[in-house]
Amino acid sequence: MAKHKQPQLDTSPKVSDEIRHTTCYMCACRCGINVHLRDGKVAYIEGNKDHPVNKGVLCAKGSAGIMQHYAPSRLNAPMKRVGERGEGKFEEISWDEAFEIATGWLKPIREKAPEKLAFFTGRDQSQSFTSWWAQAFGTPNYAAHGGFCSVNMAAGGIYTIGGAFWEFGAPDWEHTKLFMIFGVAEDHDSNPIKIGLGKLKARGAKVIGVNPIRSGYNAIADEWVGITPGTDGLFILSMIHELLKSGNVDLDYLIRYTNMPFLVNQDKDSDEHGLFIRDKDGKELVWDRVKNQPAAWDAKGVKPEMKGTYEVNGIPCTPAFMLLANKYMTDEYTPDAVAERCGIPAKRIKAIAAELAQVAFGEQIVLDRPWTDFRGEKHEQMIGRPVSFHAMRGISAHSNGFQTARALHVLQILLGSVEVPGGFRFKPSYPKPVSAHPKPHHDFAPGKPLNGPHLGYPRGPEDLAIDENGKAKRIDKAFTWENPLSAHGLMHMVISNAHAGDPYKIDTLFMYMANMSWNSSMNTTGVMEMLTDKDENGDYVIPHIIYSDAYSSEMVAFSDLIFPDTTYLERHDCISLLDRPICEPDAIADSIRWPIVEPDRDVRGFQTVLIQLGAKLGLPRFVNEDGSDKFEDYADYIVNHERRPGIGPLAGFRGKDGKGKGRGEPNPNQIQAYIDNGGFWIDHIPENASYFKPWNMDYQNYAVERGLYDSVQPFVFDVYQETLQKFRLAAEGKGDIQPPDHLREQVRASMDPLPIWWEPFEQTLIDKEEYPYHALTQRPMAMYHSWGSQNAWLRQIHGHNPMYIPTAIWEANNFEDGDWAKVSSVHGSITVPVALMNALNPNTIWTWNAIGKRKGAWALQDDAPEATKGFLLNHLIHELLPSKGDGMRWNNSDPVTGQAAWFDLRVKIEKTETPPNLQSQPDVAPQESPVGRGPENVEYGKEWT
Amino acid sequence: MTTLPKSTEKKLGLVIDLDTCVGCHACVISCKEWNTSNYGAPLSDMDAYGADPSGTFLNRVHTFEVQKENKPAQVIHFPKSCLHCEDAPCVTVCPTGASYKRVEDGIVLVNEDACIGCGLCAWACPYGAREMDAAEGVMKKCTLCVDRIYNENIPEEDRVPSCVRTCPAGARHFGDFADPESNVSILTAERSGFDLMPEQGTKPVNKYLPPRPKADIEETNILAPLLARQPEETGGFLGWLDRTLEKL
Amino acid sequence: MHPATSVIIFTALSGLGFGMMVFLGLGMLDVSGWVAFVFVAISFALAGGGLLSSLFHLGHPERFLMAFSQWRSSWLSREGILSMAAMGLFGIYALLWIFMDNRIPVLGYVAAFLSVLTIFSTSMIYAQMKSVPRWHTPMTAVLYLLYGFAGGALLTTQVALAGWLMLALAIAQIVTWVQGDGAFAKAGSDMGTATGLGFLGKVRLLEKPHTGSNYLMSEMIHVIGRKHILKLRIIALTLGSLIPAVLLLALDAGHMVALIVILIHLVGLFTQRWLFFAEAEHVVGLYYGQR
Repeated sequence: MAKHKQPQLDTSPKVSDEIRHTTCYMCACRCGINVHLRDGKVAYIEGNKDHPVNKGVLCAKGSAGIMQHYAPSRLNAPMKRVGERGEGKFEEISWDEAFEIATGWLKPIREKAPEKLAFFTGRDQSQSFTSWWAQAFGTPNYAAHGGFCSVNMAAGGIYTIGGAFWEFGAPDWEHTKLFMIFGVAEDHDSNPIKIGLGKLKARGAKVIGVNPIRSGYNAIADEWVGITPGTDGLFILSMIHELLKSGNVDLDYLIRYTNMPFLVNQDKDSDEHGLFIRDKDGKELVWDRVKNQPAAWDAKGVKPEMKGTYEVNGIPCTPAFMLLANKYMTDEYTPDAVAERCGIPAKRIKAIAAELAQVAFGEQIVLDRPWTDFRGEKHEQMIGRPVSFHAMRGISAHSNGFQTARALHVLQILLGSVEVPGGFRFKPSYPKPVSAHPKPHHDFAPGKPLNGPHLGYPRGPEDLAIDENGKAKRIDKAFTWENPLSAHGLMHMVISNAHAGDPYKIDTLFMYMANMSWNSSMNTTGVMEMLTDKDENGDYVIPHIIYSDAYSSEMVAFSDLIFPDTTYLERHDCISLLDRPICEPDAIADSIRWPIVEPDRDVRGFQTVLIQLGAKLGLPRFVNEDGSDKFEDYADYIVNHERRPGIGPLAGFRGKDGKGKGRGEPNPNQIQAYIDNGGFWIDHIPENASYFKPWNMDYQNYAVERGLYDSVQPFVFDVYQETLQKFRLAAEGKGDIQPPDHLREQVRASMDPLPIWWEPFEQTLIDKEEYPYHALTQRPMAMYHSWGSQNAWLRQIHGHNPMYIPTAIWEANNFEDGDWAKVSSVHGSITVPVALMNALNPNTIWTWNAIGKRKGAWALQDDAPEATKGFLLNHLIHELLPSKGDGMRWNNSDPVTGQAAWFDLRVKIEKTETPPNLQSQPDVAPQESPVGRGPENVEYGKEWT
Repeated sequence: MTTLPKSTEKKLGLVIDLDTCVGCHACVISCKEWNTSNYGAPLSDMDAYGADPSGTFLNRVHTFEVQKENKPAQVIHFPKSCLHCEDAPCVTVCPTGASYKRVEDGIVLVNEDACIGCGLCAWACPYGAREMDAAEGVMKKCTLCVDRIYNENIPEEDRVPSCVRTCPAGARHFGDFADPESNVSILTAERSGFDLMPEQGTKPVNKYLPPRPKADIEETNILAPLLARQPEETGGFLGWLDRTLEKL
Repeated sequence: MHPATSVIIFTALSGLGFGMMVFLGLGMLDVSGWVAFVFVAISFALAGGGLLSSLFHLGHPERFLMAFSQWRSSWLSREGILSMAAMGLFGIYALLWIFMDNRIPVLGYVAAFLSVLTIFSTSMIYAQMKSVPRWHTPMTAVLYLLYGFAGGALLTTQVALAGWLMLALAIAQIVTWVQGDGAFAKAGSDMGTATGLGFLGKVRLLEKPHTGSNYLMSEMIHVIGRKHILKLRIIALTLGSLIPAVLLLALDAGHMVALIVILIHLVGLFTQRWLFFAEAEHVVGLYYGQR
């Protein structure tokens, strides 16, 4: 045998010249990253171990940041359109000219009719700033993308517990023993969920996944429930039925922390039927079962009754809990009654309910942490029910999603598992009850700023954005009777409504990071037609479109004026508590982005562009009294803007000395302090304030100290939702503001103060036998939110997408590998490749989201697989429901919030000839690429090897 | 020399937990970005923005469906990179001595300066762990981040392979299998870690942890008896309500 | 396996060339001078051309000298060294033969022996591959040697011997195919063992790791239809050995016949080599749902 020899190896080579800490921007997760620079170039990106969100880990998108940052599809300079809309023909112009064009359009609008500007932002993370700009401009037409994303989840949560899943809160990963996840393939909080699942797996805790498709998180779930799409609410209410019937609800929790004991007016003729009975101070009343008399709900020593009927001041009333029990204990909700619709055997529904009860009540956990509640009662321990839940778009993006989200929160509450050890925990600045949120504002006038923030949470019909004739004041018809609680607006209706001139015509559509001519719209082909449609004079129906994006996306081609944005490594940003925070249940945190590399192109961060545009338009918040610019750029705004005295975009290192936490005057060195601290600021919540946050005075006082609230805001959970009942009363003909007749029934039926389930709208309007299957999309983890087709590494993982077909449908159609099929909805059809998947609900087909690309976009070659085999399901989904024959345009949206009902889609499928060129249909004509095409081969990092 | 060392001082390798991997591809890309600008030649991407993009990756995640008759199918995400075999056939076939197994830690490496790009080692590997770089003409493979794990320019806690450091779910574990007390040895013992294709006789160092048994409906019933209704004779639900309120 | 032209040419031609050297080295073919030169030149052209062709398969052909270093463990290295030694020794033998008209038997025997070893080591490059069950059999060596001998005998005009060798080759080829068709199953690797998940049920690929292609797929996974295989096998068998055997044994072979037989054999040989690679399944295909 020869002797083993091996070469000398340097195992300590140089890694980088410098590490700069900033925040990732590939999705809403917003992880901390360490960017290694070498010769001024990005050499390596890794997760920041100290960062509260990702604790050092980083997903595929984050690690592929190099390819994102250096993508050939980056825009180079401002551009104006020179061809027809959609062609992609542009001419590069100077910033001066770009601003001149923009002010030429916007100045007259502001002076005469500010509502003729519709300003909508996509997956932007600076909504508190962009909305503040839009308020200054004076248009009522502002929103971000929440309406087509997950407003049902947000609003359902806020209206029930003052928070929701994702950035509002998280499971108690350290203590939970049973975790149930609904309808999440990949979503917000993506790395924290993976970190959390890893913790559960390491401990051997159980995971139940509820999703028609067994991918991703559901693949590792210990138990998979392949539910029929759109029936989650029914499944949840059936489990509630089981829990009630067996007496497995946390009564003590319901009495202490929810409005379940509140007395509800039962006088059907009263204008206040279904509302709470209040004393003369406006306090809700309960029935004290010891004293046998009504009492204010928070009176000292009160022992509320939970059943029975009573009379208070001659009004018949009953505790809200009785209404809940009576509703869900009916046979309508037995597992046997719902099993077939849910696609889950009754036995299994019962078994899961039993397991929830067993873990919640049989395996309660106790932390020895004293705390004091808002009634002044001291508790020696924190008692937890270790079951937790998470849900997102899968249950949210249905026309019954709002009430389904509420049902899930009610389930958590009945199990006593919200804000307790082992359960669901809020992340500051949540919990924040509806009362702590603004109402919607929509009063506009020429030359004037709007009267307040656009988006908010209506408390009743009086808060709707309608004029005295009932006409919508907003272009997206948010906050109207069609969808009264549309807290995030309806971005998916903007183009459709603007094109239809319903409720009015607009002049300029101004959008940021929203690929509305492609994957962010339903009815993609139709939207492209609306954007390019001309009137009888040959003018575009939507006269002007301004768009800002960092990349040559599909939407760029449909715009008249382009503001080129920077990449995420070239910009200032703040991930602000005023906006969508990155806090953890145990800590307040915020963070920044800063230009760790300078742009090599003539581009500017969009927020800086807005500041400069605001100044050129003379908007009040953007110019000083002497007419000079108020802010130099976005960084200047981040440091010096105060939303309330002492409260600014960044909470850390405030005050002249940089020691202020949450509150304090602007600190000119704040950004440097963040940079020195790793790009973020964190403040840990004291242990005794860490749970029971809505009722824990230690937390409440801490939150006020840090500026999250200006006064303590303890509240009880709105299991019974009075606001909904107010709308319902109006629908029943009570009060001054009432819905138009054609909407009365929809409002009455949908605004139930207790969660209910109804069949998703689309399937009630079509022939279910003709369109027998559900069709869904899932977000691929490696591309979620970054639509990484411009990314040379990620596009190798997901370069095209098949339609996955379950076994029975596969066999019925005699499909074989490599086959193609025509998939049709009542609205349209697509021709796409198919693939077999067994681990799938038997009536559901699905594909990856947003893989298909238009030829010419993203600097890809025209024969890129994304543009040939790849496809969008969006073509089959319409923003309007199939006609009801009443001449009305009915949104394909949740009737409560207006959330786009992406997942209500029903389809049929038939085998087709395999196209010889393997081209999916529809095949949209190519756009020209204003940035050329990417290089043939890439060898990144060659100079260092 | 391409003969294998008789034994190695350490046996460094990975444990991959198939019960925890959610298939996010984070390890795939983190590996790519570290290795394209570190050890040896870059990992090229041919036709990077065109019709048939094809790059060199040292770690890839496959997705399998597994199904027993009349049971629901399971989906299993399956990351795969070099297993740093004890009897590495890729090493002995190498005609130039470029492929070798390190005596100090058992890492299988390619000395790219000596690689003629014949591809024989990739043929010899049953696992598809080696990929010839189309631009550079040399064989690339997982180095177990040999330029990270001992690197004094990196904080000590980060001296693990890039894929392990980045894995969000914590499904990848790095350690010394020669040490029975190491994290990887203990995990392998406790969770019945297994070899891929043991019949190939390669004695892989990396181990895979199997998915834990998944519950189906019959098993669920045994684990958790169904909830009993509150009996009518004690007043049903309302009776329960009264009794519970009394106790509060 | 991907049937790369360079490797097909390499194995086919070098086998013929070294096969010729075997018989020339053994002192067969009683010629001298220019005629000897022609035969020697053909054997060198085939052996050398084959080896040269193999360089085109390399990512870094300029480093080929390094390939001679690992004779202790690597069959490829051994093949390189042996081929050089065989050609070198045979070269000396041939020089003396052509120019001095002196065929030194010992030198010839050693050169012949080295040529046999060279063909054998070429075969072992493939036969050693446990990862390719169809190749991992002594029959691979038998086949390579018989192709070398039969072709070598034919090209050195050993008509009867070539005929019998061709017959033996035909039998060996059939045995190899029959055995090879069951080799993958016999090796015991399937998607269950590849993933270790066989205990959970039937394993199938749901998604490839990348929708894009990669080196492994283009190098190791080559799918050909069963009908296609049968057709090619018939061509390889009949043209590669059966027809030549019949022609050589049955006909009185003149130069024209010999030339035709050579051409027929070459077509068969190249078909066989294409199949040798294209039919061979690498176990890595299991990770891609192949087989």
